[in-house]
Amino acid sequence: MKLRKKIYMTAGYNTISLGTGRKEFHPKKSRPGIDHYIKESGKATLDKIGGGKNVDECVIGNFMAARFNKQANLPGFFPMIDDDLKWKPAIAVEGACASGGLALVTGIKSVLAETADVVLTIGVEVQNTVKAIYGADILAGAGWYGERKTGHAYFFPGKFSDRAGAYFEKYGREKSRKALARWYRNAIENARLCPTAQEFHNKIEDLETMALMEPNPKAFVNNLNVFDCSKVSDAASAIAIVSEDGLHRISISKDDAVEIIGFGQAQYDITKPPADLTRLETTETAVKKAFESAGITKDDLAMVECHDCFTIAGVMGTEAIGFAKPGEGADFVADGNTTRDGKIPFNTTGGLIGWGHPTGGTGVHQAVTIWEQLTGKAGDAQIKIPDEKPYGLSVNMGGDDKTVVAIVYKRG
Amino acid sequence: MTYVNRLQNVTVLGAGGKMGSGILLLTAMEMTDLSLLPENKDKDFIINAVDVSDKALSGLMDFLKTQVTKAAEKKTVILRETYKDRSDLIENSDIIKQYVFDVMKIVRCTTRLEPCYDSTLIFEAIKEDPDLKVKILSQIVGNNKKSPWFFTNTSSIPIHELDESAKLDGRILGFHFYNPPAVQKLAELISSDSTQKEVIEFALQYAKKLRKTIVHSNDVAGFIGNGHFMRDALFGISEVERLSEKGSFVEAVYKINKVSQDFLIRPMGIFQLVDYVGLDVCSYIMSVMNSRLSDQNLHSSLLDSLIVKGVVGGQFADGSQKDGLLKYEKGRPVGIYNPDEEEYTLISEFQEKCDKELGTLPKATLPWRAVIGNPAKKDILSDHFKELNSMKTLGAELAGNYGEQSKKIALQLVTDNVARNEEDVNTILLTGFYHSYGPINEYFK
Ligand SMILES: NC(=O)c1ccc[n+]([C@@H]2O[C@H](COP(=O)([O-])OP(=O)(O)OC[C@H]3O[C@@H](n4cnc5c(N)ncnc54)[C@H](O)[C@@H]3O)[C@@H](O)[C@H]2O)c1
Repeated sequence: MKLRKKIYMTAGYNTISLGTGRKEFHPKKSRPGIDHYIKESGKATLDKIGGGKNVDECVIGNFMAARFNKQANLPGFFPMIDDDLKWKPAIAVEGACASGGLALVTGIKSVLAETADVVLTIGVEVQNTVKAIYGADILAGAGWYGERKTGHAYFFPGKFSDRAGAYFEKYGREKSRKALARWYRNAIENARLCPTAQEFHNKIEDLETMALMEPNPKAFVNNLNVFDCSKVSDAASAIAIVSEDGLHRISISKDDAVEIIGFGQAQYDITKPPADLTRLETTETAVKKAFESAGITKDDLAMVECHDCFTIAGVMGTEAIGFAKPGEGADFVADGNTTRDGKIPFNTTGGLIGWGHPTGGTGVHQAVTIWEQLTGKAGDAQIKIPDEKPYGLSVNMGGDDKTVVAIVYKRG
Repeated sequence: MTYVNRLQNVTVLGAGGKMGSGILLLTAMEMTDLSLLPENKDKDFIINAVDVSDKALSGLMDFLKTQVTKAAEKKTVILRETYKDRSDLIENSDIIKQYVFDVMKIVRCTTRLEPCYDSTLIFEAIKEDPDLKVKILSQIVGNNKKSPWFFTNTSSIPIHELDESAKLDGRILGFHFYNPPAVQKLAELISSDSTQKEVIEFALQYAKKLRKTIVHSNDVAGFIGNGHFMRDALFGISEVERLSEKGSFVEAVYKINKVSQDFLIRPMGIFQLVDYVGLDVCSYIMSVMNSRLSDQNLHSSLLDSLIVKGVVGGQFADGSQKDGLLKYEKGRPVGIYNPDEEEYTLISEFQEKCDKELGTLPKATLPWRAVIGNPAKKDILSDHFKELNSMKTLGAELAGNYGEQSKKIALQLVTDNVARNEEDVNTILLTGFYHSYGPINEYFK
């Protein structure tokens, strides 16, 4: 469906993604809590748009603060950021790792519904409060509870390991593992250009060889190693979603904004396994809807931010978006087409593997990255956006391809 | 009696101590793992934690809870399989807590000896006092009708001696864990001529299940590990005495400690290792060895005089290093004990001067940490020692002497029939002491 009103995003901000890999991170030292991240990101965006008084509504995306931080009722944090947000409407949305994407579409819909001209949107997750083995329990909530007992200790790595296994079997293990290693290398090389990225300090030289390490089923999962997985991250991102009137109110020019020209949402039954392990069908559906809504095709894109919670999800994502036929995503990636100077740059600041994966915050982080790239604010990570291709696409996935949000952005 | 049956009723003597607590942890987990197998569902498993100190036993429970939790967190993948029929255990946290409880519930803490009269396997890890060990072992064997097997953790006392004095009929062997038992991969296995074959077979199976590397040592006081370490330490002390004839004591200690660490690329200097083990423990081990090995003088009056002054080293309950011959801050040496003034002199006061006197390290040198797991270790070491041997500095000379002496000690252990072969000595130093190369090598004469 074509959007019936012009919608913009602007004034984005990312905190650092804190966790193993960052020099500031010490597992045994105390760290900032979720309130700190909400405040840092929210305030940074408010400072660029004239403060809380200009905001009509607030949305926060988060997955599992109730368990990671023993905190629910997150809308309550908005007035903490800025006293002028007191008495304003605020809402929290949840859809596992797509919570951030859902927060964005919730804001978009408010503007479309004309109940708001300026929406402050935040995505946040603070996950280093527990060791990874317990974090796995919490994150398993993105899957069906009925499968937890039979599931792997590392529930989601287990799910995507099964997908990788099916992909290996159908299309060949060696070429697929090479593609996963290449995906990892791209992610880290891009993250090195972005000071907020979790892998910003990564200095390892031969990334691909390292990433080719054989999986160890006894300690981890059958078909993936640790380099195939996004890390545990603490981070928040914020962005303003505004109408044309809203842009006037906050005195920001279209040059400093991106236009949202379409989006697609799709949902799959959480109690059912995927029909085909080698495909991300919900992602395919959401992306198709987004392209229809925007009236563009994949060939118009200058960049993609995709949901590579695991390297295999990245490779399968290239197929779901349509850049490669089923089974050829591995070749597409291994041939370097998704690097920052390849045919279609993917995840230009590292994506979930390289920048970090604050689960409920990731969708907003993707939007901020695309806003930075399309408005020329990406610093060392800046890629060239061709004039004839002023578009970006973000794909944010919750659970095992269950809840998906795809958004199409255009230079403002 | 099968392996499993043997492990149904076990005792650890001195379970609250450094070694005893680790042995109890590993054995209790092995017993729990057996108890969780479907075929053992109806069997009872009990491990008595015996110690004279109630305080040590309550400390043991804290230690167990933390350590078993850590171990369970590491093997959750396997534990989920173990508990797959328990529909009430769903999340990793449920499973980890259950496993911790399952280990704790077989442990019986006690300050009395009676419970171990029912045990079929008894680990002994009380202090290194031959008379005390013999007394306790005799008392048990006189009251236990199950013909129990004894695994002693003694660092130095010959096994045949304990066997004969306590009348154990060959039902004893030395199972010498390294400190800390839960971390160290190495154990020395010592059998006497009369040790029964089945006891050795069981020990090997148990070691395999615990994934320990076993080196067989012959039954000579000190065995291989302390046989090398005590002589190595005594050589360090004699070098200090030689150097301090013409200079200051603290500077000599600093130099030898540094040479034995940095110049020899070892994980710590010789005096830091003595502090780690404890001066009192070292002295005790030496005295046990000395009275049984007539041909050498294994004794240090320096150590004895320091112990009298209360300079003993060892570790605090939390595992941090107590001050000994060296003084520590955050685990790093910052001072050296001056016996004349009976206080520590700060290393920073003389470090620069001593470093200058020792001379620089070879250019090819890397610190131990960077060498130990390095795939190019062989080349790094051979470059380092080639250069070192060609240097004319004091440091190079002291290091050369030290390496040569260490090699001589190691070769003598083979000649004296303590070790079965040269490789065993090297394995012990590599695995138990984390040296980056074995003492028997091409680097030294
Ligand atoms: N510490 C090491 O590095 C090391 C390494 C290898 C072997 N060992 C050997 O292990 C043994 C134990 O050494 P440790 O360092 O653990 O000593 P430790 O002092 O830490 O522990 C000894 C424990 O035995 C208890 N104990 C003393 N008398 C007892 C008795 N009559 N009955 C029951 N318990 C009694 C003490 O309360 C203490 O908890 C010694 O034989 C030692 O030589 C020590």
